[in-house]
Amino acid sequence: MKEILSGNEAIARGAYEAGCLAASAYPGTPSTEILENTVKYSEINSSWAPNEKVALEVVAGVSFAGGRAFAAMKHVGVNVAADPLFTLSYTGVRGGLVLVTADDPEMHSSQNEQDNRNYAKFAKVPMLEPSDSQECKDFMRLAFELSEKYDTPVMLRTTTRISHSKSVVELGERSEAPLTPGLARDAAKLVMLPGNARIRHPFVEKRMAQLSLDASNMPANRLEFRNPEIGIITSGALYQYVRELLPDASVLKLGMVHPLPSELVREFASRVNRLFVVEELDPFIEEQVRALGIKVTGKELFPLCGELTPGRIRSALVVAGVMEAIDETSATGASEGLPSRPPNMCPGCPHRGVFFALKQLKAYVTGDIGCYTLGFMPPLSAMDTCICMGASIGMATGVAKVIPEEEKKKVVAVIGDSTFLHTGINGLMDMVYNGSTATVIILDNRITAMTGRQDNPASGFTLMNEPAKRIDLPLLCRALGAGSVRVVNPFDLDETKRVIKEEMNRPETSVIITEKPCVLIKREGVFEKGDVLLVDEESCAGCRACLAIGCPAIEWRSAMSGDKKGKAFIDPFLCTGCDICRQLCKFGSIGRKI
Amino acid sequence: MNRDITNILLVGVGGQGILLASEVLAETFMLAGFDVKKSEIHGMSQRGGSVVSHLRYGGRVNSPIVSEGDGDILFGFELMETFRYLPLLRRGAFVVANSLQIAPPSVLMGNESYPDDLPERIRAGFPDFLLIDGQRVAAEAGDPRAANTVLLGAVSKRLQVEEEYWLEAMKRMIPSKALSINLKAFETGRNL
Ligand code: SF4
Ligand code: SF4
Repeated sequence: MKEILSGNEAIARGAYEAGCLAASAYPGTPSTEILENTVKYSEINSSWAPNEKVALEVVAGVSFAGGRAFAAMKHVGVNVAADPLFTLSYTGVRGGLVLVTADDPEMHSSQNEQDNRNYAKFAKVPMLEPSDSQECKDFMRLAFELSEKYDTPVMLRTTTRISHSKSVVELGERSEAPLTPGLARDAAKLVMLPGNARIRHPFVEKRMAQLSLDASNMPANRLEFRNPEIGIITSGALYQYVRELLPDASVLKLGMVHPLPSELVREFASRVNRLFVVEELDPFIEEQVRALGIKVTGKELFPLCGELTPGRIRSALVVAGVMEAIDETSATGASEGLPSRPPNMCPGCPHRGVFFALKQLKAYVTGDIGCYTLGFMPPLSAMDTCICMGASIGMATGVAKVIPEEEKKKVVAVIGDSTFLHTGINGLMDMVYNGSTATVIILDNRITAMTGRQDNPASGFTLMNEPAKRIDLPLLCRALGAGSVRVVNPFDLDETKRVIKEEMNRPETSVIITEKPCVLIKREGVFEKGDVLLVDEESCAGCRACLAIGCPAIEWRSAMSGDKKGKAFIDPFLCTGCDICRQLCKFGSIGRKI
Repeated sequence: MNRDITNILLVGVGGQGILLASEVLAETFMLAGFDVKKSEIHGMSQRGGSVVSHLRYGGRVNSPIVSEGDGDILFGFELMETFRYLPLLRRGAFVVANSLQIAPPSVLMGNESYPDDLPERIRAGFPDFLLIDGQRVAAEAGDPRAANTVLLGAVSKRLQVEEEYWLEAMKRMIPSKALSINLKAFETGRNL
C-alpha cells in the first residue's frame, strides 16, 4: 500500500515495521512529529522524556534488556544527550538502538545550525542519512539491523527538509525483532569502569574500521554512473536537488555518511573527470575525501552557512562552469518594502503581561527557549539573552555575580515549565546552593507550547494521553530551598508587577510562578475563553496605551473623517478576553460587551 | 527545469489552514497516479508568521521544493503574502488569491499601512490572475471558514486531474464533520 508520509511519519512507520518496542524523545522542531506518530502504534511504548539525555538513557535501557528502541531529538538535543551517547558507543547494544537527530540548516526554528554528522565521527558510531520519506522508513530498519550486527548505537540524521517534506512511501508489514527481551547480565560489556572501558575502546576502533570496509558494499551507498565528465558525492535532500539540476552527472549517493566507504570513493573518483562534494554546512565528507589523497571541489564553491537549496547549488555550479546561467526568474521584481510578518505570541497568551511588567521594571532578563522567547520583540522588547534550553537561570546567577550591588536586583531569569524541568532545575539548585539573589520566573502554561503543545511532567498527561502525576512546581521549588516562592495571576497586571518588584528586591533566591494555560490547549477544562472585550469608540482617546502589549487582536485604525489620532479596535474573533488591555486603558474605554 | 513537473506554491499566514490545503492537493495527485512531493516549514511560523508550502507533481519528482523562478501556480490565501512570494514564480505563472487581508504586527500597531494597490501590482506582473473574495463566496456556500476550499475548487479546473480524485482526496483528508460544507465550497469554487 502507498501513502504520502512526511519524513517524520516515515521514521515512525519504519520503527514500527522493524519491530521497535519503545521510543522516547523531548520535543524539538523539526523532530517532534516522530514520537507523535509512534504513539499511533500500540506495539511501541512511546514517551516524552523531560530532556534528551533521559530519552536516550531510557531507550538504552530497553536495548540492554534486549528490545529494539530509539530516541529522537533536534540537533541541539544531541548536545544534551551526548554524555550517554559517547559511552554507549563503547558498551554497544543488545537490542538495536537508534538515535534520530533532526538538524535544522538555515535555522528555521533553532538557535544554531550545528552539523550533527560531526557527532557520528566524534562518538565513533555509524550514521545513516535518508534522501526522502521512503528511505526514512527503510533506513530505520537498516539502522536497527546495523546496530545489532555491529554492536553499536546507530544515528539516523534528517534535516528540516527531510523531516517536513512529504513523499510517497510503499508501506510494509511489521516483523518482530530476533531477540526476546529479558534480563541478561554482562558486566564486562555494560559496566563502563576504566578496566572494562579500556577493553571496549579497541573494539570500537575495530568496529568502525570494519564498517568502513563493509560500507563499500552496502546498497545504501550507491554508485550511479552516467556521464564521466562530472562526478558528485552527495547525500540527503541534496541528492534529490543534484539529480534534478544535473540529470546526466555521475553520482555517488551516500546513504551512510559515516564511516565513509573509502574504496567506493576511490573507485568513483578514478572514473570521473571533475569531482565535487555537494554537502550542506560543514565540509564533513570533503575533508575525509581529501584525506584519502583525492582532489575534490567542495566548500570553495558551496556556502558553509545556511540551507543548500537548489537555487544555491545552481549558482555555485554556474560559477564552476558546470551549468549555464539561466534567466528564468520571475516577471515581477522583489517584494521589498512589504511590511514583514514575524511570528507573535497568540492573543490572550499568558506570557504577555509578564514581559510588559518586566519592561516597566527595567529588568535585565536572561531568557530561555519557548514561545516566550518572542518577548524579545517589540513592543515588549523585554529579553536580553537566549542561548539554549535551561540557560536562563545559570546565566542570571552569573550576571549577578560581578555587577555593582545596585544593579543586582535587576537580574531576572524567565523560563517556561517544560524548559525548567528540562535543564533549568539544575540552575535553580546552583542558585540556592551558592546563594544567588537573582529572581526566577517560571511561566507555567501547562504545556510544551512552541513545538505544538506536547505534554510534559507538569501537564498531567503522558504522550499516550494517559493521566499522569503532575509535578507541583511551587512545592518543587520550595524543596530545592528557594527562599521565596510565590504564585501570581499574569492577567492581573498590577499584582504581577508588584510581586515581581518585591521579589527583585528580596536579597535571596526567589521564584515566581505564573499559572495560566496556553490558549491553544484543547483538552477540556484547562484553557477557557473569557468574554470578548470591546473598545468604546466614543471615549477612546487615541492614546495608543493598549498597543504596548502587542496583542494581535488589537488593531490600530487610523484617523477617519477629521479625527486625527485614530482609534483602537479589538477583533472579536481573535480576542480571548484575557483582560490585559483593559487594565492599560486610562479612559475606561475597553470593556466587556453589555 | 523538468517541464513534466508542475510546481505549486501555497502561501499565507500561520493558522490559515495552508497545510491541510496542501495535503488535499498532494493526496489528489497521488490518487490520480502522479508522483508527488511537498515541503513546508513548521515551527515558529505557526505563531501568525508567514507560511509557504511547496508542492510538486509529475511523472517522477526528485526535489520537494520549488526553485526560485520555477513556480507554475501560486495559491495565495492572504493578499500580502501572495505578493511576497511572487519572486518564486516563472514568467506567465498562474496566480489565484484570496482577497482577504490580515494585518501584520507593524500594521496593527499603526506604524505601517497595508498596501492598497496589491491586486493591480500582481496583475501587472502576472496577467493570469484570479482574485476571489474567498470568505464571501464560502459564506454563501455555507461557511466562511471553507474559503481555502473555494480556492482549491477554482484552481482544480486548470489542472489535468479528474474531479473524482479531488472529491476522494477531500473525503480522506478533511474531518467528517466539516466535509459536506467543504465539498459544497469546492463545487462553488469550481464553477466560479
Ligand atoms: S502557543 Fe500558547 S504559549 Fe505559545 S504564544 Fe500561543 S498562547 Fe502563548
Ligand atoms: S482582552 Fe485585550 S489583550 Fe486580551 S486577547 Fe483580548 S484584545 Fe488581546
